[in-house]
Amino acid sequence: MSFEPGAVHKDLEGAKLGMWLFLFTEMVLFGGLFLLYSAYRAKYTADFHRSGQELNAVIGVANTIILLTSSLTVAVSVTALQRGNKKLSLICLGMTIVFGVAFLANKYIEWSAEIRHGMFPNSPELLNHPDGVKMFFGLYYSMTGLHGIHVVAGIILLSFMFDFVRRNKITTSDYIKLENAGLYWHLVDIIWIFLLPLFYLAA
Amino acid sequence: MDRSDAHGHIMAYSTLIRVWLLLLLFTAILVFVSKTFHEALAVWAMLILTPLKAGLVFFYFMHLKFEKTFLKAMVIVTLGVLIVFIGLIFSDLSFR
Repeated sequence: MSFEPGAVHKDLEGAKLGMWLFLFTEMVLFGGLFLLYSAYRAKYTADFHRSGQELNAVIGVANTIILLTSSLTVAVSVTALQRGNKKLSLICLGMTIVFGVAFLANKYIEWSAEIRHGMFPNSPELLNHPDGVKMFFGLYYSMTGLHGIHVVAGIILLSFMFDFVRRNKITTSDYIKLENAGLYWHLVDIIWIFLLPLFYLAA
Repeated sequence: MDRSDAHGHIMAYSTLIRVWLLLLLFTAILVFVSKTFHEALAVWAMLILTPLKAGLVFFYFMHLKFEKTFLKAMVIVTLGVLIVFIGLIFSDLSFR
């Protein structure tokens, strides 16, 4: 039995709802970590304050600008495809992927500097610090690390979307995959919006 | 102009760019306040501007503004549960 591609039933509302349900689990996952952060910040206020000063706020803010802009490009990519402008859609998707890689490059530079200073979990240097500092850096590496893994996943996802749009697997009349990938990328951006003040600006 | 097609709302380029500029502006204010003013003011700026920024991304970039009430309600319930839990934790912490 064969179907015409156009005859396949697609539940677009269902597809979008499914993506949002997944995003809710992501919100709760990071929410738990934010909860942990706030609880320990309340307990070790001075240590958290001092530790925040050791982070590179310039890189933190630069990465915020990069992610906010990548959110714009992925949103423009969806609009462009909806309006039948495949070329602009591909350009914007490509830019989003480049921004994602730039974010990770900054993260690499930042983490390398922290590690050179001996500030990494279980390092001899960090073990000499008070408990609050250890907690701060533990949370810093686990939260920005988990977020970084999400950026990597987003880049892979968007690369597939780029290929699908290029090969007309995603088109003006059927773009739910691109829309859902965009939703994921925006949530990764939202999580970073909260990470910025907690780690880089709270000093 | 914003318009709709068969299965979704189409955001105008101009709306998206305006939202992006607002997000950059709020980030700049947040950084400026946190580096310049007293910590108490910086904390308030954070508590107001950060959810506002997240709200802009939810409402415009993620099209939530144009989704059904049902989906909006689900987002509110999820975030509401998180806020309740944060409240419960702090009510516990403050009496230790």
